[in-house]
Amino acid sequence: MRKNSPTSKGILSSLKIGLKTGLVGAILTVLLSLIGMVEAFSQRYIIHEVISMGHTLLLLSGYFIADRAARRSISKGKSLALLNSLISGFLSSGSLILLIFLGAFVNLRSVFINASPVLYQLLLFGEEIRTGVLLLFFVGGVVGFFSGLLYLLTGWIKKLTLIPLGSILIAGVLQDLLRPTLAAWGPLSILSEWIFTANGLSISGAIVLGVSISIGSLLWSFKGKSLQRGIKSLSGSKRKIFTYAGFLTLVFLLLVLPHLLGLFLSEVLTIVGLYILLGLGLNIVVGYAGLLDLGYVAFFAIGAYTTAILTSQELGFFHFTFWSALPIAILMGIFSGVLLGIPVLKMRGDYLAIATLGFGEIIRILVLSDFLRPWLGGAQGIGKIPKASIGSFEFARPQEIYYLILAGCLLVVFISLRLKDSRIGRAWMAMREDEDVAQAMGINLVSTKLLAFATGAGFSALSGAIFASKLGSVYPHSFNVMISINVVCLIIVGGMGSIPGVMVGAFALVGLPELLREFAEYRLLVYGAALVVMMLLKPEGLWPEAIRRRELHEEPGEKLSNDSTQGTSGS
Amino acid sequence: MLHKIRERVTPTDLIMWLIGTCLLFLMIWGSIATIKGGTYSIHHWFDFVIFGLAQGSIYALIAMGYTMVYGVLRMINFAHSEVFMSGPYTAYYFAAAFYSSGLLDRQPILCLMIIFLVAMSTSSGIAFLLERVAYRPLRTAPRLIPLITAIGASFFLQYVFRGLFGSGFQAYPVVKILEGEWRFGEFRLLKFQVIVILAAALLLAALYSFIQRTKVGKAIRAVSEDKETAYLMGIDVDRMISTTFVIGGLAAGAAGVLYALMFKQVHFFMGFIPGIKAFTAAVLGGIGNIPGAMLGGIFLGLIESIGPSLFLDGLGIIAPYQLKDAIAFTMLVLVLIFRPTGILGERLAVKKA
Repeated sequence: MRKNSPTSKGILSSLKIGLKTGLVGAILTVLLSLIGMVEAFSQRYIIHEVISMGHTLLLLSGYFIADRAARRSISKGKSLALLNSLISGFLSSGSLILLIFLGAFVNLRSVFINASPVLYQLLLFGEEIRTGVLLLFFVGGVVGFFSGLLYLLTGWIKKLTLIPLGSILIAGVLQDLLRPTLAAWGPLSILSEWIFTANGLSISGAIVLGVSISIGSLLWSFKGKSLQRGIKSLSGSKRKIFTYAGFLTLVFLLLVLPHLLGLFLSEVLTIVGLYILLGLGLNIVVGYAGLLDLGYVAFFAIGAYTTAILTSQELGFFHFTFWSALPIAILMGIFSGVLLGIPVLKMRGDYLAIATLGFGEIIRILVLSDFLRPWLGGAQGIGKIPKASIGSFEFARPQEIYYLILAGCLLVVFISLRLKDSRIGRAWMAMREDEDVAQAMGINLVSTKLLAFATGAGFSALSGAIFASKLGSVYPHSFNVMISINVVCLIIVGGMGSIPGVMVGAFALVGLPELLREFAEYRLLVYGAALVVMMLLKPEGLWPEAIRRRELHEEPGEKLSNDSTQGTSGS
Repeated sequence: MLHKIRERVTPTDLIMWLIGTCLLFLMIWGSIATIKGGTYSIHHWFDFVIFGLAQGSIYALIAMGYTMVYGVLRMINFAHSEVFMSGPYTAYYFAAAFYSSGLLDRQPILCLMIIFLVAMSTSSGIAFLLERVAYRPLRTAPRLIPLITAIGASFFLQYVFRGLFGSGFQAYPVVKILEGEWRFGEFRLLKFQVIVILAAALLLAALYSFIQRTKVGKAIRAVSEDKETAYLMGIDVDRMISTTFVIGGLAAGAAGVLYALMFKQVHFFMGFIPGIKAFTAAVLGGIGNIPGAMLGGIFLGLIESIGPSLFLDGLGIIAPYQLKDAIAFTMLVLVLIFRPTGILGERLAVKKA
């Protein structure tokens, strides 16, 4: 590599990347502070009384910005990369200092509701303004420098820095999950009490956790490969035993899970389960068949309302039990899936999305209206929906409903897996790739599309029925367009067309926010940002289907031609 | 002959036509019943029409953004509703400041101009950034991906505004010169409705002539006709796409202020419904078609304001006004079924839809 000649103009131009990235970082940190995320998360500690989630958020954004600066300027030499990341770190904290000074002279709060003295105190680390500002500036530079240094380092030093920090971060974020889970396990409860305080990790706990995990990862990197090789070299029958054992443990774990987790986490688990059901249904429509349906909540509502009307004592039209209402609800879902599918058969892509969105809204508005109130309860909804029961066992508490949802999920996963490699599944995927070609290959588009809509709607109605019996009442407000969007998001984030992807997506987008209570207000903000970032960086999702990954990582030239054919093929 | 027809008409077509005719029949029957019932006098209808025109011209302005972006990028800019929201929301703080200092009463025209300017520049700035950050890197990606990005960006913007400015409704200050009404014999015209209609008409005319007459407008049209050829002709495609977003943002910002003046409040979620309606309007008129979007917007506004009373009242439906959104969406679905190319969209749809 050629060495850069250090003329002043040359240096300025090579620092441009750091300045530019730093500017983005500056905007990011100010935005995070002004939308109130820093303040909202400051009540929650990663390490008790040492570092709060709010500060972590700022540090992380500084870290990633500086990392990006280093990444982009590495071609200009290592020292310049370091300098660039340092600059971007300084800029990221400098903007906050600017904000603090501005806040000291102007009452920003009349416009930005979160620009409170509390926020400034947080940004100043609780110090007096002069020391605080210096400290803040210094921290920005340190984070930038550290990030740049880490980027340049390779091998085990980098690993040994990142792994403990990462594990402490994860343990801190998931403390509400880990603490009660560990506490339920007799001997482990002492450990959990030692590692976690009521709010965040204890200092000694964090150190021990970091050290032990990094030792573990070191051991794994030395021994892991030989262990893997050992398993691979096992004979066929022995390997089978291993797989069966793994499978049995999984089943066992799934069965006892709610008893390990306690009430709150079981409740979270049921919500995630319902979203997995919805996601698997929509996965067939969007992931397999490539039909973007934004009105998916309509079928969820239809399932829930059918169950409610058939079983509710409040309305008193019918007195079905949950189990006899369930098949009718699913059939209603399938029927309405076909009915709503017919008008949109000829639409593609964007038009389909908007038309289905319209359908979803029509259903919600109709349910909400006074006109259908005698039958559907209007805005008050329908109450007194009996719980499902087998014999004397009632699925009432979250721990019990969990089994209902688990059964539903297993059924739906089984059907999805079988459908995927079936003739109809192949037809869906062919249609997703190119409708015209699929038709030319002899696929009946009408029946294939309707089947996709019907299957998806059936799953959604199943989810709706369980939802109705879980809550004991249904309200039109539970069925707004956000649910559709959430489900689409979790599919996309998880990986379109991939069943494990749906689960990963549901846990990440539905489960995680439930665990971080402060998060609730910023849930959709983070969804939005996650979707954009995901599409920009990793459009295939967290756990993609093999085919899709290949598709999205083909050569750019190929992509271009693909796009132009899509653009010109009209309906 | 019969054989030929059978070959062309599939069962699904038949079902679709059946649904369509049923809805049409219901609409006509409802209208006849309403008119015979005579609950509404001619004044009511006149009020409905004026309100519909005002609302429709706002939709038309927003729809311009959708249709132009669709023209150049073939994507639904789902976040356009947030572009629409951002303008009046930012301008609200100026309006509130003018109001509390009394300037709004002393210099209403000047203040309104500043409010419009702020709103339009914010909206177009956000539209520009949106394109630059979120859409440009995805130009060659499969079609679903930019759409999902747009949905994500829409939520992001909504909740950034919520986080920055709070989740409550902010009451837009009352501009005194826009209050009151003009009377013409038995008919009355609310001043602000007339002003909304006039302002929107002016802006639409300006936009239309910009697209048709100027060189930039011509270049934008060329890009939406065929990107590659336009590029070969020496047009800076990226810049034209940015310009399109900026123009769409300008129109949306102005529409936002008109909307805020009409309904006297702003809220971080205010863009969602008008956004979808405006997209509906764009589709009604034939997406990618600029006069079509204007026509579609006005049509949708009218249908929404007249429709519930005209179609539903006669059918004995209680509180028909609750169902106005349902009527708008039904119109969308009907148009997509029977005329997916939209009212004016013939030429474009064959090539691009």
